[in-house]
Amino acid sequence: MKVIATDQNGVRHELEAIEGWRIMEILRDYGLPIKAECGGCCCCATCHVYVDEKWIPKLYPPKPEEEDLLADAVDTKPNSRLSCQLLMSAELDGIEVTLAESARP
Amino acid sequence: MEGKDNHTTDVIIIGAGPVGLFAVFELGLLDLKATLVDILDKPGGQCAELYPEKPIYDIPALPTVTGQELTDRLMEQIKPFDPTFHLGQMVESLAREGDVWKLTTDEGVELRAPVIVIAAGGGSFTPKKPPIAGIEAYEGKSVFYAVRKMETFRDKHLVIAGGGDSALDWSLNLQPIVKKLTLIHRRDDWRAAPDSVRRMKELVAAGKMELVIGNITGIKGDNGQVEAITTDKGDLVCDRFLAFYGLTMKLGPVANFGLNLHENLISVDTEKFQTSEAGVFAIGDICHYPGKLKLILSGFHEGALMAQEAFRICRPNQKLRFQYTTSSSDLQKKLGVA
Ligand SMILES: Cc1cc2nc3c(=O)[nH]c(=O)nc-3n(C[C@H](O)[C@H](O)[C@H](O)COP(=O)(O)OP(=O)(O)OC[C@H]3O[C@@H](n4cnc5c(N)ncnc54)[C@H](O)[C@@H]3O)c2cc1C
Ligand code: FES
Repeated sequence: MKVIATDQNGVRHELEAIEGWRIMEILRDYGLPIKAECGGCCCCATCHVYVDEKWIPKLYPPKPEEEDLLADAVDTKPNSRLSCQLLMSAELDGIEVTLAESARP
Repeated sequence: MEGKDNHTTDVIIIGAGPVGLFAVFELGLLDLKATLVDILDKPGGQCAELYPEKPIYDIPALPTVTGQELTDRLMEQIKPFDPTFHLGQMVESLAREGDVWKLTTDEGVELRAPVIVIAAGGGSFTPKKPPIAGIEAYEGKSVFYAVRKMETFRDKHLVIAGGGDSALDWSLNLQPIVKKLTLIHRRDDWRAAPDSVRRMKELVAAGKMELVIGNITGIKGDNGQVEAITTDKGDLVCDRFLAFYGLTMKLGPVANFGLNLHENLISVDTEKFQTSEAGVFAIGDICHYPGKLKLILSGFHEGALMAQEAFRICRPNQKLRFQYTTSSSDLQKKLGVA
């Protein structure tokens, strides 16, 4: 199972993912530049990623708290998500995400 | 807590997170008095601010304890040593002054001690800015992210933005002294104490303040003076704007203390947890040494070893004795249990 992550410098990384892990945890485990300050509590928005459009329909839609946090981030786009709210599953094998500038530690 | 405080203590601890709090205990057992400074208005650091209700499972002998419970228990444990707290203040500078270190806060309080302990964790908690283009020009003049002096808002037309405890608490506290108050939040859904929400709604119902459920789109004004906050529900005319968008941790002034750093962390030895300056220690998440783990457990250990060296500095003529709290009547007297 894989996550394809592009960091803020445009470098592509192919990460081995584990079912049930949050994508934020996978990014952090590989040492990619992601602050994830609140540790996945959905209260900081420093795990902000852009999800490649073709994967969006496979994701659970964001909860209101996630939408609020994204609305307050400076670099939000329509395909923005908080990676701590995305759980890895077989469905998402190969998902492509790009780390947002506001997620830099 | 107001005004100059030239009181001299044995040890000043920067940061009242779990590690700073437990250090008070280890220092206290050695008869060293501690003073703590934190920019937050409450003790507990990350545990109290970021995850008060989440259970922690790896504190020895406490199979489960929430962030707030851990903080409360530490406060109870250090009570016998009666530490002084300077809360809501940022430590801005550290300088040598004769035999002691002088530390200055953003409120102008000066503190002096022979030993400084930096337990600044992930850095000082600072307010996040709202994503409003051009807001920088107004900051500190008519736009604020925290309340330092309530007087700044007396008889003003105030708009408060946010849906958490800070936004609610300050709405309730400032409502009696402002001329007009409007609270704006995106949804009628609050991350705040239900009682505060109830009281706010009562004020709205009584016509004493206004509540707008909507989205902020921009700011209007001139020369740093806000004239209105623009929203999808129309312009909110005001001359003061307070935005509460949560907190984030930034290393802050500690980076400029002139200490050796390792990627934004303070390098220490693993015997005394001393920094590159004698008498200045760093413990907890802020310190770095080979093998460092950012765990509360590790921070407690670091505090215990730091206290030994702090004693040698503060009491050069006294002998340091190793004692157990279970068997030493001397320690038990200090703890008020003998
Ligand atoms: C969601 C989450 C879950 C966690 N779970 C665990 C867990 O299960 N087990 C575990 O062991 N650890 C856990 N941690 C990590 C743990 O919280 C930290 O290791 C711990 O808080 C570090 O304590 P500290 O006292 O060193 O620093 P902090 O808790 O970061 O406190 C530092 C304090 O210093 C203040 N400060 C900094 N600079 C200044 C300044 N210049 N002036 C004034 N004040 C200043 C800050 O405002 C802050 O209050 C978790 C962390 C998070 C975010
Ligand atoms: S880690 Fe804080 S919101 Fe995701």
